[in-house]
Amino acid sequence: MDGSSPHVRLANDVAVHLAHLGPDAAARAVADHLRAFWDPRMRAALLAHLAAGGDGLDPVALRAAELLDPAAVP
Amino acid sequence: MSLLKEPDYGTPAREGAATVEVTIDGVAVTVPPGTSVMRAAKQAGLDIPKLCATDSLEAFGSCRLCVVEIDGARGTPASCTTPVAPGMVVRTQTEKLGKLRRGVMELYISDHPLDCLTCSANGDCELQDMAGVTGLREVRYGSGVDAGANHMDLLKDTSNPYFDFDASKCIACSRCVRACDEVQGTIALTIEGRGFDSKVAAGAGVPFMESDCVSCGACVQACPTATLQEKSVVELGMPTRSVITTCAYCGVGCSFKAELRGDELVRMVPYKDGGANEGHSCVKGRFAFGYANHPDRVMKPMLRESIADEWREVSWEEAIGFTARRLREIQAEHGAGSIGAITSSRTTNEEVYAVQKMVRAVFGNNNVDTCARVCHSPTGYGLKQTFGTSAGTQDFKSVGKADVILLIGANPTDAHPVFASRMKRRLRQGAKLIVVDPRRIDLVRTPHIEAAHHLSLRPGTNVAVLNAMAHVIVTEGLVDRGFVEERCEEVAEWEAFVARPEHSPDAVAEITGVPAEELRAAARLYAGAGNGAIYYGLGVTEHSQGSTTVMAMANLAMATGNIGREGVGVNPLRGQNNVQGSCDMGSFPHELPGYRHVGDDDVRGIYEQLWGTPILAEPGLRIPNMFDSAIDGSFRALFVQGEDIAQSDPNTQHVHAALAALDLLVVQDLFVNETAKFAHVLLPGTSFLEKDGTFINAERRINRVRPVMAPQTGKQEWEIVCEIAQAMGYPMHYDSAAQIMDEIALTTPTFAGVSFAQLDRVGSVQWPCNDAAPDGTPIMHMNGFVRGKGRFMETVYVPTTERSTRKYPLILTTGRILTQYNVGAQTRRTANVAWHPEDLLELHPHDAEVRGVNDGDMVVLSSRVGRTTLRAVLSERMPVGVCYTTFHHPVTGANVVTTENSDWATNCPEYKVTAVQVAVAPEQAAVREALHAHPVVAGE
Repeated sequence: MDGSSPHVRLANDVAVHLAHLGPDAAARAVADHLRAFWDPRMRAALLAHLAAGGDGLDPVALRAAELLDPAAVP
Repeated sequence: MSLLKEPDYGTPAREGAATVEVTIDGVAVTVPPGTSVMRAAKQAGLDIPKLCATDSLEAFGSCRLCVVEIDGARGTPASCTTPVAPGMVVRTQTEKLGKLRRGVMELYISDHPLDCLTCSANGDCELQDMAGVTGLREVRYGSGVDAGANHMDLLKDTSNPYFDFDASKCIACSRCVRACDEVQGTIALTIEGRGFDSKVAAGAGVPFMESDCVSCGACVQACPTATLQEKSVVELGMPTRSVITTCAYCGVGCSFKAELRGDELVRMVPYKDGGANEGHSCVKGRFAFGYANHPDRVMKPMLRESIADEWREVSWEEAIGFTARRLREIQAEHGAGSIGAITSSRTTNEEVYAVQKMVRAVFGNNNVDTCARVCHSPTGYGLKQTFGTSAGTQDFKSVGKADVILLIGANPTDAHPVFASRMKRRLRQGAKLIVVDPRRIDLVRTPHIEAAHHLSLRPGTNVAVLNAMAHVIVTEGLVDRGFVEERCEEVAEWEAFVARPEHSPDAVAEITGVPAEELRAAARLYAGAGNGAIYYGLGVTEHSQGSTTVMAMANLAMATGNIGREGVGVNPLRGQNNVQGSCDMGSFPHELPGYRHVGDDDVRGIYEQLWGTPILAEPGLRIPNMFDSAIDGSFRALFVQGEDIAQSDPNTQHVHAALAALDLLVVQDLFVNETAKFAHVLLPGTSFLEKDGTFINAERRINRVRPVMAPQTGKQEWEIVCEIAQAMGYPMHYDSAAQIMDEIALTTPTFAGVSFAQLDRVGSVQWPCNDAAPDGTPIMHMNGFVRGKGRFMETVYVPTTERSTRKYPLILTTGRILTQYNVGAQTRRTANVAWHPEDLLELHPHDAEVRGVNDGDMVVLSSRVGRTTLRAVLSERMPVGVCYTTFHHPVTGANVVTTENSDWATNCPEYKVTAVQVAVAPEQAAVREALHAHPVVAGE
């Protein structure tokens, strides 16, 4: 357990398992995954974390968070 | 219906076209080659007397009652052991045969207690029946004690909690022994002694409870007399009516005849026409139904404002009104997304469908998830990615055509015993077995079965092992080129991926602990099989890479062309009775019924039009997300249908904190379970004996669950859900469960042809069932995958972050045992506790020795999240460094130690890998110290 908040831990888990796709494709795949399976409040929390600096986020997860459309998240 | 007595054809059916015509007592009948004369006669409507024959067992030819005369043949052959031949002319009733049969019966009766009027089998005794049909009028040798030497004084063995063995009534027909061998495959019974001393014995003459008997009931089922008899029949008498229904335990979904006297359930008898079980059963389904009438059951709604208050019984109106009002109040204060529900894999499809509809149409969100989240959600993800739909590919019968069985992370003799019996039958016929499991499960070596390979891998390395198997298959040219080129896509990319040196058996051996040569041999065996079949369980899914492992298995099956016909496939063994159905019914927060994403406008449109309300296009919260959101305050109310999340979900302290944080917890259940301790409303549920609906088993078989008795609480569970919806202002109403299935069929293409009327007509059907497949689909992907082409996925092995450390050097895996089920809510309230009264920690003797743990010691099991105390048993079936326990007893609470780690794609918890330490419990240590200081001296 890395002590990070759930949305950071879960986003990192997805990112690590899709990292083999390469940075750009992996980031897109992670973003797609989060759109398909995450409740909007979790995506909002991730975006808020990103806005606060994204501490603890895997680089692929961080890039994926950037790809999420803030307007689509309440 | 009145008591259903299924026809007994005497010997098993033979496969093939009916091409052999024979004439029996002047009646012409045509049957497949290999059919016995006895069976052919029955098919012609002619009953030949018999005692040692029954159609679940191969012919034995010992009783000599079934003798017949055959034109051109010498003597009077036994019809059970004589196969038909073209043009054969048979007579079953002649003066000569009658005399022979009466002679046989005289011998039987001379050594049988003639207490028919007070015998528990009176009216259900084949010996009694045969005395009648053979016209027995006298016994020249006398009968009972008058006949000289006899077996009347043999003692009755009453050690089993569910049935008695009365040897004085045994006719030594061997049906029980053969049932244990051929049907169950445990081979626990034998005929001991010779000649007159021959008698049935459990193992080496020990009582049944001390033998290897697994209490499946096959021997009781096969016994033609009262020798093996259910205690319930002894106590209550013979049942008078039957209701065909479906077992509510594991995902095998056995069909049973519930046999009753009036409204009193006397016994559950496995139904021969049941597609899943074909007349077999296990100790749970056959006998462990007593919980349905256990005094612990909650029969009236209960309410309390605070979980610190005492429960008070209230009316249905008050409970439903309170629930609806509080849900709306919480939404008004915290938003539409602040409430949600969890559906159960133990309830019917109709009940699950009602809950997900309430969430989507009434709550106005997608915060619905199911307990399958914590077991088979990776199956849903992995098989959808590769094959296009979330379901096993075969029917159970298919295993009978498998040449090589690759069993991964499953222990079917404990968790899916009736399917295990099918599997064992095929293995005894010569199919090869590869077991991939850290533990040496029973199937690795059991009577008449020995696995060709046991890959005892380190927990958490499934993906590495499967990738290495794929590496061997690709690099050694074992790929089925025709299949992959015609039926699959992304083949070349995948082959390049698995061919990399880092996936070779030698490269991964250090990670997995599996010797490279053993793995290579296993891969070659699977790839070279005519029919290679994969079966798997929660040892695959409950890992941080669960979804990846499912995709890796699908890759293997596609690469070897083992998809789309009998004997092959990728088959999840589902844990609970309706895991498949609860997932099919739209219980996941991102999917509407039929696995269609909520973001699909067309699919949403179907429901919006029918339900008259908009449906949210965004996914909702999964169960672990609900817990996290409850703790952060954005999720405030939860409706839990028939699940005990406080005991079954991982990291108990975290779950308890989440439940305690809720403003409203509504539990619908039979009992005040661990979750209910945090609840404000308890809505009493119905047992499977009261439900009207359907379950779907692991082979996609839709089975009817018929009410054996009226709901003891006065309401079906779906009615309660509808009333809550109505009280919240939404007009949700059905006249019957059948109407709910009609709505499912109307809106879900794979269920379009399903209705209660159809199921009552055909018995059961496997989805997809629609215009394209009106009789259902036993084998999927026969001419193409659901998604078009099968998709190979690159399955990168990412190790779990949960690793053994100096502080927590052992790895714990958890699972199930034969006699208990899930959190034990049902089985702990039956006599099954006689076998498993407490959760035990299995530990390798070496790991025990270095910790000073003796067999039977109480030990403290601790992980980075919690600790519990339980009893240790030393077992060499555990590899060094790995220990195992079950989670059936709340007093142990095994999930106190499991962690928040989960599958990357689905958040299915990583129950199978927890770093732990084991130490002798302080109280045990104190006892030992006291003994050391003051040794007990013999005679004191």
